[in-house]
Amino acid sequence: MTAPTDTSVVSMTGLTKSFRTGVTALQDIDLDIRPGEFVSLIGPSGCGKSTLLRVIGDLIQPTSGRVLVNGKSAHQARLDHDYGIVFQDAVLYDWRTVARNVSLPLELLRWDRARRKRRVQEMLELVELTGFESSRPWQLSGGMQQRVSIARALSFDPALLLMDEPFGALDEMTRERLNMQLLRIWDASRSTVVFVTHSIPEAVFLSTRVVVMSPRPGRIAEVIAVDLPQPRGAATREETRFFELVTAVREALAAGGGHDSGRTAATTTEERY
Amino acid sequence: MTTVAAGVEGRRVGFGETRIAPALRGLATFVLVIAALWGAWEGYKWLWESTGWTWPFLVDDTTMPHIHDILGAFREPVTTGGPALIHPLLDAAWFTAKEALAGFALGAVIGFALAVLLVHSRLLERGLLPYIVASQTVPILAVAPMVVIGLGSKGIEGWKAVAILAAYLTFFPVAINALRGLQSADPRAFELMESYASSRWRVLWRLRVPASLPYLFTALKISATASVVGAIIGETPASIQDGLGGAIVNFNQYYSLQPTFLWATNIVCAVVGLGLFGLVALAERLVLRRAPEHVA
Amino acid sequence: MVVFLLGVGLWEGLTTAFDVETFLLPKPSDIAQAFWDDKAVLWDYGVYTFREALGGFVLGSSLGILTALLLTRFRTAGRALMPFAIAANAVPIIAFAPITNNWFGLLNPFSKMAIAAVLCFFPVMVNTLRGLTSVNPRSIELMRSYAAGDISTFRHVRIPNSLPFMFTGLKVAAVLSMIGAIVGEYFGGPTNALGVSILNDTQLFNFPRAWAGIALASAFGIAFYGAVALAERLTTSWAPSARGFRGE
Repeated sequence: MTAPTDTSVVSMTGLTKSFRTGVTALQDIDLDIRPGEFVSLIGPSGCGKSTLLRVIGDLIQPTSGRVLVNGKSAHQARLDHDYGIVFQDAVLYDWRTVARNVSLPLELLRWDRARRKRRVQEMLELVELTGFESSRPWQLSGGMQQRVSIARALSFDPALLLMDEPFGALDEMTRERLNMQLLRIWDASRSTVVFVTHSIPEAVFLSTRVVVMSPRPGRIAEVIAVDLPQPRGAATREETRFFELVTAVREALAAGGGHDSGRTAATTTEERY
Repeated sequence: MTTVAAGVEGRRVGFGETRIAPALRGLATFVLVIAALWGAWEGYKWLWESTGWTWPFLVDDTTMPHIHDILGAFREPVTTGGPALIHPLLDAAWFTAKEALAGFALGAVIGFALAVLLVHSRLLERGLLPYIVASQTVPILAVAPMVVIGLGSKGIEGWKAVAILAAYLTFFPVAINALRGLQSADPRAFELMESYASSRWRVLWRLRVPASLPYLFTALKISATASVVGAIIGETPASIQDGLGGAIVNFNQYYSLQPTFLWATNIVCAVVGLGLFGLVALAERLVLRRAPEHVA
Repeated sequence: MVVFLLGVGLWEGLTTAFDVETFLLPKPSDIAQAFWDDKAVLWDYGVYTFREALGGFVLGSSLGILTALLLTRFRTAGRALMPFAIAANAVPIIAFAPITNNWFGLLNPFSKMAIAAVLCFFPVMVNTLRGLTSVNPRSIELMRSYAAGDISTFRHVRIPNSLPFMFTGLKVAAVLSMIGAIVGEYFGGPTNALGVSILNDTQLFNFPRAWAGIALASAFGIAFYGAVALAERLTTSWAPSARGFRGE
């Protein structure tokens, strides 16, 4: 295993991704993410934020440019299980209980049973779902399912957590509640988070930095540092500084051509698997 | 499907994206698969004959005639001095196809009408549906000879009995699927029509029927095959001479003398089955203006 | 169940009241009588034929599942061959019964087993394939994020996902196998086979006994279907369809 060249968790230079259909999803992206950060990617449809997330996760390969994750190639980082990923769809398996859903990556990593059991307990405590070990996914609400998904993503202690609009399918109140929980989890696990979202308040509330992207071709319009104090809570959303930052992000989005054009870059190959 | 990238970069459409390429690819695959099957047949035959293996069954020119012999059989006369095999087979095929088609059409109409009736009356639906489902517990194909012989003894012409059989095989899948389809329209669309104070008929034709079409065609494709199978089976025990079933029985009796004739007959049966199925699939494509679902 | 009994009662009532010709639709009581008189014999015939159906079911279904697994692994082949599988289903397979009779011998149960096997193969193959391939793309991405190989993905995701679909195919196959065996026997078979017995009775105009045979065949078919449905219940209680979803 090569020693990391610098201490960034994610480092990309000149990243470009074009699809065969001729769409340029990402163009010349330079981004550096340091350990412990919470970075949001925000932008209108077609700006490439989900594509960017997947490039970090080696689920999509770049056309050109350099991507280092944890000092290694993204490919190697994936093989070394350096990140966990959470999608908008919780992707829980109905044929497994909640506990076994959380332990799936641990089974793949060949942890022994006792260790798995312990870890699952810890993770469920972390996401405040103790007692639901033997429940089945369909018995849980959307918000609870996402919490299980987060527990699963963090179960093997990855350095990096990738999240693709995880709360997008939930209502506003559940969303805010889960935002708070996520901050607490992030603080407890000391991981680095890359978070894709459509929601400006969510991005500002959660992040240390907000990366505003613009479409056609997908690029970074502006990076806004969020200097709100930690730990953040319900009161944070009512501070003046919060509104200032939300406005800043909104203006950055508008300046970058931030309206729905109706033309989306493909984020994944949508063929049937 | 042509894909032209609009927007930032214009691009000429490559050959791979025109309408022709997929059709050619489909044709090439078809030819390839047929060739592979042909090769597999002859290969198997050659291998088993040279080694003399008798499991699972003895292979010789009688049990597995060469494919070119089977194809050649179409040109041979059935009786000395008579017409080539293909002629009586085509006549038989047409006879059977007519039975199947008549029954299919009848069954489809009755099934659909029944579905329309049931979708409008909850009472009828709850009352009749169990009977309709129960009617299918009797394996109609198994009862086929009985129906044909029984009706025949009461003076009903053979082919009519077979058509009735085909109709019976068709009406159930059509009724069930059509009912499901008619009920499947989006509830919000219903609310919209109600807000227009549309009459029952309007709702039926504008909303329910189009919604039911995909389901209907699924059932029709199954029924098309079932009708043909039913027609063939119905003909056999009663030895209705004019159809494919009769041809099978006849050529079966002379199998050891002329095995290729039975094989040729089976090929014709397959063609008839595929033909009716293909017609329905074609109709589906025209009506629904998209390819029938057959891609995994 | 109630409906069935009502139906039978209605049948009996109508045929008696209108003195309907007992040619085609004998009174249920006549049928029951005919069955009772010959129950041991008919039962043996039934078992013989059921064995053919079962053998064909096991053979055809296993091949179907195996083929589905292969076609999932080699996806391009699967996509190319799918239309052929659909088309093959439209071919009257039972029409090949005389040929299998010539291959294996009229009296050999394997001749009917072969027909049943081919009838079972397609529904099981098509349905299992659909189940193996209709996996949420996010799920595949998830497995890739774990650097899980194809085999792992098969084991943990595709195969469990395909079980409900597979059972749909198996239920269809269960019904088809019995019908295939019976109708296959109409083209010739040993006298201790149920289909042959039904055909003989029909040609001798002994309709009550013929219907008794049919009823027995139906019973076997329903029982077989029920057994498969039970297996489905036990292994896939987690599936949406089993939970009482109106699965569209």
